[in-house]
Amino acid sequence: MQRGDSLNSPFVPFSPNPSIQQGTPTSTPPLKHTLSSSTSSNLRYSSSRKSIYDRHLNRSQRSELSKASFAFLFGEMVQYAQKRVNGIADLEKKLNLHGYSIGQRLLELLLWREGRSAKRETRILGILQFITTTVYRSIFNKPADGLEKSRDNEDEYMLIDNDPMVNSYISVPKEMSQLNCAAFVAGIIEAVLDGCLFPGRVTAHSVPTEQLPAKTVFLIKFDEAVIERESVLG
Amino acid sequence: MSATKAARVGEDVWKTRIDKVNAELVTLTYGSIVAQLCRDFEGDYLEVNKQLEKMGYNIGLRLIEDFLAKTNMGKCANFRETAETIAKVGFKVFLNITPTVTNWTTDNKQFSLIFEENPLADFVELPDDGRAQNELWYSNMLCGVLRGALEMVQMQVDAHFVGDILRGNEVTEMRVTLVRIIDDELPPGED
Repeated sequence: MQRGDSLNSPFVPFSPNPSIQQGTPTSTPPLKHTLSSSTSSNLRYSSSRKSIYDRHLNRSQRSELSKASFAFLFGEMVQYAQKRVNGIADLEKKLNLHGYSIGQRLLELLLWREGRSAKRETRILGILQFITTTVYRSIFNKPADGLEKSRDNEDEYMLIDNDPMVNSYISVPKEMSQLNCAAFVAGIIEAVLDGCLFPGRVTAHSVPTEQLPAKTVFLIKFDEAVIERESVLG
Repeated sequence: MSATKAARVGEDVWKTRIDKVNAELVTLTYGSIVAQLCRDFEGDYLEVNKQLEKMGYNIGLRLIEDFLAKTNMGKCANFRETAETIAKVGFKVFLNITPTVTNWTTDNKQFSLIFEENPLADFVELPDDGRAQNELWYSNMLCGVLRGALEMVQMQVDAHFVGDILRGNEVTEMRVTLVRIIDDELPPGED
């Protein structure tokens, strides 16, 4: 990817200074109504309750909620996004951004939980395995179904999910058959890669087979710099 | 159905008949939705509350069917029973929590749900902009869910939060009022 056209896309390659990444999904545009500097307001906390900082971060690690609740939420997310976009690519981008904001938070949580055993991944294979196992397990309670390297393009990898959980209650109308709502998951993966300094783009593609009608391939296309670094590391 | 029986049913259905997912995925997804609304409505939190309620209403209209199918619940004899069922079966089955039913009015038409736990709000702190803590009801989608679901079983209710620990209140409390029983003759939504 050329640096030039990356500026037009919301997926700007990593820069150590977040303030100069204008279009990055991480940067929340400032709220218009926000009162200016006059508000040195302090948040109020319930006096008898623990604030989120006092609660242990592992509290909810093993807790579960109904899959139906997730499906209802996700369905509303998709429908709401659909009203505010033009076309399928745009909708997938919105879902990707939702996933991205989740991935950022999830990564922090996961690394914090790994504690002293946390390892800084420097190699492509290492980071991809972190995603297919640790990240995937933490959100879907199972590892991803496969990981492949593209034969044609050096910078492309494919992460395979035979039946993405997020799609289990989504039925895509015929005229939108290009849509794959797992773009949401692609966003999570992209955020984790970005956060670990492996910037790239991740997109979700349906590749149905007879046995696996919901099979989805997440195509990971790394930025040039990542591939360069990998070759330097040898 | 007594409160204890409702609790037993809720526990039983949750353990045996519910497909589950990681709770944090749900928490983060809800957070992402609220954050998106705050951006789309440019910090107009009152509008965000409305939109959350509306989304919840859409969910409630469909959720009730899932609820009835999974729990095999019959008709509630009165609104007090409805309240216990919402708290001990409904919330248990979908969010694995059982808010406390309390503060009934003497006409038995209005009660409060007190949330000791709220998985939607784990990890959450409201924006420190001097307004969010006064204006945003972070979990407002839940109000819509109740309104939508109960409308499908012939009860028009008003549900709104009156306190949220995210705002610094001592408890997270939702007030639910039975407005009227919807006549069987009228299909919902066309009155």
